[in-house]
Amino acid sequence: MHELSIMQSALSLALDQAQKAGAARVHSIRLRIGALSGVVPDALEFAFEALAPGTLAEGAILAIDHVPARFWCATCSREFQSDNMFAECPECHSLSGELRAGREMELASLEID
Amino acid sequence: MCKDCGCGLPGENPAGVSAHHHEHAHEHEHEHGHEHEHEHGAGHHHGHDHPHPHTHTHTHAHSHDEPDHEHAQAAANDTHRTVEVRRAILDQNDRLAERNRGFFRARGLLVLNFLSSPGSGKTTFIRETVRTLGADLKTGVIVGDLATDNDAQRLRESGVPVVQITTGTVCHLEAEMVGRAIKHLDLTGLNLLIIENVGNLVCPASFDLGEDLRIVLLSVTEGEDKPLKYPPMFQSADVVVISKMDLAQACGYDRDTALANIRRAAPKARVFETSAKTGQGLDAWRGFLLQEQQERKARDPLSP
Repeated sequence: MHELSIMQSALSLALDQAQKAGAARVHSIRLRIGALSGVVPDALEFAFEALAPGTLAEGAILAIDHVPARFWCATCSREFQSDNMFAECPECHSLSGELRAGREMELASLEID
Repeated sequence: MCKDCGCGLPGENPAGVSAHHHEHAHEHEHEHGHEHEHEHGAGHHHGHDHPHPHTHTHTHAHSHDEPDHEHAQAAANDTHRTVEVRRAILDQNDRLAERNRGFFRARGLLVLNFLSSPGSGKTTFIRETVRTLGADLKTGVIVGDLATDNDAQRLRESGVPVVQITTGTVCHLEAEMVGRAIKHLDLTGLNLLIIENVGNLVCPASFDLGEDLRIVLLSVTEGEDKPLKYPPMFQSADVVVISKMDLAQACGYDRDTALANIRRAAPKARVFETSAKTGQGLDAWRGFLLQEQQERKARDPLSP
């Protein structure tokens, strides 16, 4: 639902950066989206297709890197990746509370010319 | 058609909605001239022949706008420049949220962001919170809704200052809206600011408003598995309030399962089991808020 406004923010950030770099065209926009960001990548793509026409990014590729959730297990003193968004340590099965990665919603890079 | 590489194939999507996480510009060994499977987590099978019968390691930079569908290799992108940005998409909201946070701290306000699905009892719970706190914590409320000021009206009847934010079509509150709303609230003598977010368990999770604590409500009528269905929201909770405990028996609420699910999705959150109707759990909740307010006051030299 909110992906449209998030994509709008991402696109204006991207266009702003592209303009500053003197771009004639944006070829691709790369985002990093965390598993716990609450954002659905497909909905971002849909929003991008609605928003990009008429801008420097018209026809550009939207590449979305998925950032899995990573937690710190205090019992095992190790970081682990969670494939299901929950913080259960695969070794000791305790529920760690410390989220290390997975909330990202980031504009990583642009390809321009 | 596969949207990522532009090929006419349907692009297999075994993982459903999140399957299109193509790792472009990855390095891999190509065994060309036959059907192959990319090992980069996207479950994306290319069924076409590559026109280069050799095996080597290369950077595979797709240029998806190539109409002839030769998967153009790095050479075709010589004129492209890469600009590293690495900035949060909600950078602006995050900055405004920090501004709100500074503003709140300077006034010694404890700020709560109330989140839940529609109908889980946020407004009633807030009304009872205000009532039970009485003069111990003077409270102001900001209410967000798509339309109507019904909730604000209900809260005004309890005699607290209330500002309504009507978001129109926006499904969540943003830091900027809160920043504007507080200008309409008389903060003199207030110790607690409650922000009642738009009823929605998805979108508001992404937007920091400058609050101290996120309070996520779950009513016993909603089903014990809700925390498992909406992990990003529950994961962000500092406190989970289970509401409508008076209806637990009537709706066959399974307490153990609900608590286990909350613990799984929000291991760090404090849990309060409450009923605004019978007053169950409100003393413990009240004690918690008073303690939080005291701790913040002691910690923050700026607060009055």
